[in-house]
Formats: sequence, C-alpha cells, structure tokens
Amino acid sequence: MNKIFLIIKREYLTRVKKKSFILMTILGPVIMASIMIVPIYIATKSASSKTVAIVDESGFFTEGFKGTKDLKFINLHMKIETAKDNYDRLGADMILYIPQPAYTFPSEIYIYSKKQPGMIAESYIRSSINDDLRQLRLKKRGISTDIIEEMKTSIDVSTIKLKDDGTEEESMATRDFILGLVGGILIYFFIFMYGAQVMRGVIEEKTSRIVEIIISSVRPFQLMMGKIVGVAMVGLTQFVLWVILTLSIVGSFQVAYYTQITDMKKQETLQLGQAIDPSNPLKVDIQKDTTSMAMEAISTINFPVIIGGFLFYFLFGYLLYAALFAAVGSAVDNETDTQQFMLPLTVPLILSIVMAQFIAGDPDGSVSFWFSIFPLTSPIAMMIRLPFGIPIWQVALSMSLLIGGFILATWFAGKVYRTGILMYGKKPSYKEVWKWFKQSN
Amino acid sequence: MDLLIAENVNKSFSSHKALTDISLSIPEGIIFGLLGPNGAGKTTFIRIINQIISPDSGQIILNGKKLNASHIEMIGYLPEERGLYKRMKVGEQAIYLAMLKGLSEKEARTRIKNWFIKFDIINWWDKKVEELSKGMQQKIQFIITILHHPKLLIFDEPFSGFDPINTNILKQEILNLRAEGSTIIFSTHNMGSVEEICDRIALINNSKKIMEGSVNEIKNNFRSEIFEIEYQPFNKSLDELLPKDFVLLSKKESSMGKIIRVKIPNESATNKLLEIMMNNSRIIRLQEIIPTMNEIFIQAVNAENNKIDHNE
Repeated sequence: MNKIFLIIKREYLTRVKKKSFILMTILGPVIMASIMIVPIYIATKSASSKTVAIVDESGFFTEGFKGTKDLKFINLHMKIETAKDNYDRLGADMILYIPQPAYTFPSEIYIYSKKQPGMIAESYIRSSINDDLRQLRLKKRGISTDIIEEMKTSIDVSTIKLKDDGTEEESMATRDFILGLVGGILIYFFIFMYGAQVMRGVIEEKTSRIVEIIISSVRPFQLMMGKIVGVAMVGLTQFVLWVILTLSIVGSFQVAYYTQITDMKKQETLQLGQAIDPSNPLKVDIQKDTTSMAMEAISTINFPVIIGGFLFYFLFGYLLYAALFAAVGSAVDNETDTQQFMLPLTVPLILSIVMAQFIAGDPDGSVSFWFSIFPLTSPIAMMIRLPFGIPIWQVALSMSLLIGGFILATWFAGKVYRTGILMYGKKPSYKEVWKWFKQSN
Repeated sequence: MDLLIAENVNKSFSSHKALTDISLSIPEGIIFGLLGPNGAGKTTFIRIINQIISPDSGQIILNGKKLNASHIEMIGYLPEERGLYKRMKVGEQAIYLAMLKGLSEKEARTRIKNWFIKFDIINWWDKKVEELSKGMQQKIQFIITILHHPKLLIFDEPFSGFDPINTNILKQEILNLRAEGSTIIFSTHNMGSVEEICDRIALINNSKKIMEGSVNEIKNNFRSEIFEIEYQPFNKSLDELLPKDFVLLSKKESSMGKIIRVKIPNESATNKLLEIMMNNSRIIRLQEIIPTMNEIFIQAVNAENNKIDHNE
C-alpha cells in the first residue's frame, strides 16, 4: 500500500511540476474568463459613436431616425453625388442613401462608407427603416399610431415542470441545455486529455526500459493503478485550479466594474421605460432584466446533483478509459503504433460528443437513454441529460453499469498490461493481445 | 546452505515452452553463472525469481521459504532491458527507486550519496538522466540495484554497454559484494567473464538445463587429454617416436624449436609421454590444453542441439 502511494506521488509530482501543466493551468482560466468578461467589457466600453449622414430622396424619413448613444443621424439636403464627393468634409462615418422610389415606397437603400460601417450600425439602420416603413404603410391604410404601438408585444413563454410530488418548478430548457453540453464536453475533454497521458506514461516506461526495474519491486497492477490514480489527481487539481482561478478573475473584474455595470443597467431601464408606452403596463412586467434572469437561472440549478454527477462521471469515466488506455500503451513500443488499438476507444467517445447536441435536444428519447446507460458512452451522455432531471432508476442503472464497466476494464487491462510491458520489438495484433489476456501469469 | 533452490520449474507462453523442469540450487555466498544462448530461458527464470511472472508448475525456495512477497526486498535485480526515467533528475530518481525497495527516504539519500561519492559522480545529482551517456546510466542502475543490501543479487548481462575500464570497476564491485556475503546470480552469454568471476554455473539451452556444477568441475569433465609440447629434438622428431595409441593432432615449427599437439589415450599416459620426451628432446614446455568455458559452452550447446535434431 505504501508503495502504491509512492508511485501515485511520483506520477502526480512529475506532472504537476511540468511547464506545460503550469502554462495550461494559467492559460485555461484566462481564456475562460475572457469569454465571460469580454462581451460585458465591450458592452460597457462600447465602440465610439458613429455619425450617419442621410441623403433622403424619397422624402419619407424627413423626421429622421431616432438616434442612439452610439449612432447619430444628420440629414443632408444635397444630391448623393455631391455628398459622396464631399465625404471627407462631412465628418460622417457613413452616408445612408435612400433613393427616390420607383414605386410608392423605397425598396433599395445604400450605405456608403470608407470604413466598414459595422454590424451593429447596419442592423440598427435596417431594423429602423423596416419598422418605419411598416408604420408608414399601416398609417397609409388608416391605422392610427396608438393601434400600431399596441400591436408591439413581446411575450415570454415560461415552462413549468409539474413534479410528481405536486410541486411546480420553472424549467429552463436553455439553461439545462447549456449546462448539460458544457458538462459533457468537459468530461470528454478530461477523459481524452488525461487518458492519453496515462497511455503516454506507460509507453514512456516501456521505451525507457525502466519498467522491469520497477516491477521487480511492485506488482504490475500496482504500477498501473498508481499511474492512473496519480494522473486522475493531476486532472482534479487542474480542474479545481481552473474553477478557482476563473472565478477569481471574473470576480475581481466584477468588483472593479461593478458601478459601471449598474450605471449602464439603470440607463438601459430608463431608456426602456421611455420607449415603452406607459399605457401598456403588461410589457414592463414581462420585460425582465436579462442579468437577473441569468442569476435566477443559476441559483435554481440543482448544484448537489450536477456537481456530484459531474464528479462521479468524470472520475469513473476517466478510470474506465484510463485503464484501457494503459492497456493500449503497454501493448506498443511507441505512440505511432497506438492507432490500431485506439479506434475502439475513440469511437464511443467521439460518437457521444457528436451526439451531444441531439441528446441535449431530446434528453428523454430512447437514443439518449441507451447512450446514457452504456458504460463507454454514459459518462458524457448522462452528464448531458442530468440537468434536465432524470428518473432516479436510470441514474442508478447507469452508475452501476459504469462501475461494473470500470471493474471489468481494469481487470482486462491489468492482464494485458502485465504481459504487454515486457514485450519489446514487434507490433502486436489484436489476436496476440487476446492471448496475453488469457495467459496465466 | 543453499540460498535458492528451484524444483522442477516449468513455464510456457502459449505454445512456446520457455522452461522445462528446471531444478538447480545456488549455495549462499557464491557467484552463480546462469549461462545459455539467447532465448534459452534465462530471463524467464530470473523473472520467476523476481515474481514478475509465476511458474506453471514447480517451486522456488528462497532463504528457506517458498517464494513470496516478502522476498522482494531481499533481491536486487539489474535486468537486461534496463533504463531510467529520462526526464527525471538522477538523485531524485535513485531515491524513488530505492524507496520502492523499502528504504526510508533518509536512508536512501545517505546511501546514494555515499555511492555517488565513491564512483565520483556526485555532480550528476541534479542532472536529468537524458543528459547522461549510456555508460553513466548503467553505473546509476548498478548503484540502485545494490543499494538496499539485498541478500540475492541478480545481474542479467551486466557488462553489456560498458567500456573495458568500467567493466573492470563493476567486476571488482561484484567480487566485493560476494566478499561481503551477497549471493549473486550472473546471467550472461559472454563466457570470458564467467571464467573470471563465477564459482558455479548452470547451462540452459532450449528451456532445459544441460549442465550444472562448479567451474573447475565442469572444466575437468571437459578435459580431453590433449597436450601441447614445445621442444628441441635430439635427433628424431617426437611425432615419429610416439606409440600408435597416441594421436598427433598438429605440428609446426616455432622460433625455439617444434610444437606438436598430442591426444593421449588415457590419463595415466601422461607419464609415458613425458618419458618419451625426456629421452629424445630438450623440453621447452608441456601444457595440457584445457577447454575454455567458451569452448565448453559451444560444444555442449551443439551436442544438445544435435541430440534434438536426431530425435526429431
């Protein structure tokens, strides 16, 4: 027991001390935090405002467009050719040209610009023009502005899950979808990354010929399990560090920009209130602040189930695959020879990640069910289904089959491993590996 | 007392028979040569002693007890296929491997330091193994093997990859270990070293033991009563004077006189040979031609292989 601890310690320390591990541990959270922070940052420090000069030959938009914080409109009373010739002197970022329509309403509109006008400006202009044109057409048919305003609704659909115990719970399909996918992808990523590390470690011991020295001191099985457990702890360390570092980066960012964000929120609400007709109170109610919605979505996650499930499926999924990866490593002399044996391992993994979106879209379908029961695919598939709420018997079945699969895989791998590590030279076939497996020690 | 006794050990890998009914005994405190051509089964036998694999039948008694897990710390094994973790530092790695053999970290560190100082390699401590030459790595492996003062040491082709100077150092260390009371199994197909350091040997060929005994005993058994004589003849050449049952094998001229090789009919005929020589020549040299271990090895293996061919 003492010796297996020594092996675990060595496997752990040599990996944690590696430069690549330290780099990954720092880089990972930086990337993840930037994914979360950058959009908010861009929103606060929005791009410098742009000026749009309008040449309106149609005469429909004489009132002009409603400007925003980032977009200012000025009406030009000149020909488009003149405007284009004087582009530099206008001081505008772009010229919006609405030509004289051939038939009642304008159908073609042009934006002239020396720089890219930017997606936000373009889409704002497009929707403003469409809105205005729709209103113009409706007005022309004799419909009053009030009626038009009243027709603008935006209704949110809330799904309520009726639970067996009679309680109701607001279900959040989008949240569950994202949560499941992220969990599944993380498990996939970890199994592959750390499973491959186990395999490489075994090959390293074999090619450096140290393996026989070690197994004259410890059982081959101890060496294999020591390596698998050691690498698992490296994986857990990295995961925990990632979570802590990401949260602290995001957290410190939030503290630094808290006032700015709340200011912005206030302003948005203010603008929203002004834009909305006060005679229509319904809309103000429904219009939830997206941030508070996200907060609510996060706070209602069943964390014990999700985190517990994640740790279980991560750990046992990894253990199952790592044992098989170790067997593959023991069978070959170098990494290029692993190809033929890797196929049966990578196919279920890749298949379950390919199916991830389908499973998340139809978590209770029979395909999703079978994927989440079969041990080689269940770590990823069940993780994807878990946030949606799964019957307890299915989770129990999936977990026990995974544990069973892990024991079976370790038993199989152990037998292949102890013969494989002493075989040098020729590349074995599946038939030979099967012989090793059956061979008594 | 015998430190190790093997009784009818059999081992096969699928259809290939690696060991057939191997029985041998190794007395305590000697250097025991385990000889045989490549693929004879030496490494399989050694792996069984190290409990890396277990025999299909038969048993091994070590230090009076049937082979078990507690024996692991009693054995130091330097395998033929040996290496070290390339990216690990030398000192750190040596400590790790010593601890796997049951030493405490502190004990391991002191002993390794002493050996490193003795071999004048203490400045390698913080180097990575991949920075060292193969010969340097072999030295470290040797130190690791003997560090925990094992009762039984097993060296599988220890000199392969060593230059003559380091081979000599190593040979001396092995002899020192015997003097300190260790029992050493020395597996090789390099016969030169066997004659110099082995006390007893066993010869394995084609999974079977074909010979076992002390080096002197075996050499005696393989004496073929051949003598080389260098002399200056009085008048007639000696070869013309030899009786019929003496077989002349070769004759040639030397700077001093003549050299002949003669096979005598039996042991007691030595005196008869001397008598003829004394009467008819001035003797410069008379020497019995004793086969080298190398010759014995080749002869025995060939004889065994012929026997197999005939049976088949």
